[in-house]
Amino acid sequence: MHPLRAIRLYALAGFRRLERVFDAAFGSGLNPLRHLGALGFMLFWLLAVSGIYLYVVLDTSAEGAYRSIDQLSRVPWQLGGILRSLHRYAADGLIVVTLAHLLREGLHGRYSGFRRFSWLTGIPLLLLSYVNAVGGFWLNWDQLGQFSALATAEWLDQLPLFGSPLTRNFLGADAVSDRLFSLFVFVHVGVPLLLVFGLWFHVQRVARAKVFPPRRLALGTAATLLALALAAPVASQGPANLVVAPTALAYDWLLLFVHPLTYFTSPAFVWFALTGALLVLFALPVMPHPAPAPIAVVDADNCNGCRRCFDDCPYAAVTMVPHPMRGVRELAKVDADLCASCGICVGACPSSSPFRSAAELVTGIDMPSAPIGMLRQQLVKGLAALGNQPYKVAVFGCDHGVDVRQLTGPDVVAFSLMCAAQLPPSFVEYALRDGAAGVLVTACAEGSCEYRLGQRWTAERLQGTREPHLRTSVPRERLALAWAGAGDESAVHQALQSLRQRITAAAGPMSANAAPVRG
Amino acid sequence: MADVSKSKPLAWIGQVLLYGFFALLIGVFSSWPTYRHLPPDQALIKVSFSHQGKPVSDCRSATPQELAKLPPNMRAPQICPRERSPIAVELDLDGVNALRHVAAPSGLSRDGASAFYQRMQVAAGTHRLVVRLKDDVRSPGFDFVREATVTLKPAQILVIDFDPGKGGITLQ
Repeated sequence: MHPLRAIRLYALAGFRRLERVFDAAFGSGLNPLRHLGALGFMLFWLLAVSGIYLYVVLDTSAEGAYRSIDQLSRVPWQLGGILRSLHRYAADGLIVVTLAHLLREGLHGRYSGFRRFSWLTGIPLLLLSYVNAVGGFWLNWDQLGQFSALATAEWLDQLPLFGSPLTRNFLGADAVSDRLFSLFVFVHVGVPLLLVFGLWFHVQRVARAKVFPPRRLALGTAATLLALALAAPVASQGPANLVVAPTALAYDWLLLFVHPLTYFTSPAFVWFALTGALLVLFALPVMPHPAPAPIAVVDADNCNGCRRCFDDCPYAAVTMVPHPMRGVRELAKVDADLCASCGICVGACPSSSPFRSAAELVTGIDMPSAPIGMLRQQLVKGLAALGNQPYKVAVFGCDHGVDVRQLTGPDVVAFSLMCAAQLPPSFVEYALRDGAAGVLVTACAEGSCEYRLGQRWTAERLQGTREPHLRTSVPRERLALAWAGAGDESAVHQALQSLRQRITAAAGPMSANAAPVRG
Repeated sequence: MADVSKSKPLAWIGQVLLYGFFALLIGVFSSWPTYRHLPPDQALIKVSFSHQGKPVSDCRSATPQELAKLPPNMRAPQICPRERSPIAVELDLDGVNALRHVAAPSGLSRDGASAFYQRMQVAAGTHRLVVRLKDDVRSPGFDFVREATVTLKPAQILVIDFDPGKGGITLQ
């Protein structure tokens, strides 16, 4: 294994341990580490709303800006000050969750193939977030804003971009004009507009993008920031005065770390480090990667144009086109650039039913590397190979969750799919009718599906709330579900054990040696 | 997997702790530790100018042959060089040279202004300054010299600029 890949996987294992700590407190569905992107969206909108209010009260002149912001603390019940503090802390929070989002996706290796677009469009968003955050300090035009504006100018002057040094705009007491201040305002209003466009691009190739976290998580996060705003309101640090250098500053290291770094090293070093970091991030998608699995293939003879694969594809890789042979009907078409080779479309296809009488099961949309017909064959053979075991269990898992192959035993036959949602629900009934006493389906933990929606679709299909659904006649006590990511093997073992006890108890002592009833 | 957050009091405590950690992370590092950009007994001197130097050579009369090559409407009697002199600046601080720099004129034809910015950290107190600036390569020595004794308070910023309209080198 390549050393860099080994390091990444080692770090990923550590991150997953951290996720499990959060799972214990929040539950996997509300784990904030699994909603970092959505939290970023929420904090952005929180910034936008609080920012609009601040812009309304801001005197956009060099002379009046400090006074107008300082007066916010005199709004009844200090509401203005709270809103201002919320604005700052939401900016800090946005940077924290965005960096964590970048780290998490990077550790998962989600920067190549069909994810390349989202990765490449995400990096500039981080940069724009920082630009916007730094620009926000200037608008207050207190000593911290003065220091940041001047430090930024000195840093930018390192590049031969401007005929006259930007720093000349900050020489002398009256150097900062209203015109320059308008530029500050433009930066802090214009960049968020760029961010909106950037965010739109970022989620373009993602179907059903999560642009808002679950309500409880959103409320919890907002309440945390509000509590922080109340406990430690942000205060101005004296009006800017260009004839005196700020000395001791209560400093926002999360947003303004670049200035001390510049003075500690040099502007050239920071430019070099920034450029290098960006180059590495942008280069990751074009580094050598394992060849992707073959994409989904549509069989026109077996596609009835039902649109379920179109609805379920997490990356909008399936579109519907007129069927070449069936008049008014439609035919699924797979976009090779967008297809994640997850197989979720196969699980959605009604033609994937193993009960079809054809000797060779051919479905409407299938994965060439793991055709659904082969799964049916393997299931039949696997159950038969267990012989006369009274309580056979068929386990269906996912290549990205717990490795279910390790569960294989005298009474267990296990199949690891590309994604749990590749499994058509009818396979559960088929397994039960073909000799299994119970079926265990396991997928990634809630909210952490490698292919975003696989766990959700699997759960909804098996619960009967999404098509294709598991028929209501299938005894639910013989079906177990376990949502557990890689590293959470104990949860799956526990689910299997629980299923065994259930089916044994349901069969009763008299039927201990009886084979399950065939439907 | 069940939603543990609905069922276990310990999970609620865990949530409070993790939300608290998030608030602590943001709350602490948004204002602490205090950043001291300038030690308390220091001041700043900023030397900066944006000034167009004199032409690198004098204008001369065009020869008849040169004029003949030009269209009638462009036959100016004098030919003046576009290129400007680079601007040299020196600063002596308490008798010791602290800065020496030559700023090239901007522009592809080197006919724009020369610009410069340099900040220097000095001890607060009284200093003897000698600033020299040369903006004409045709003349020997420095064209502008300014000597002054300044007393800088801690954190005070002294700006040394150049403004021909105010007599040349300015201290503010």
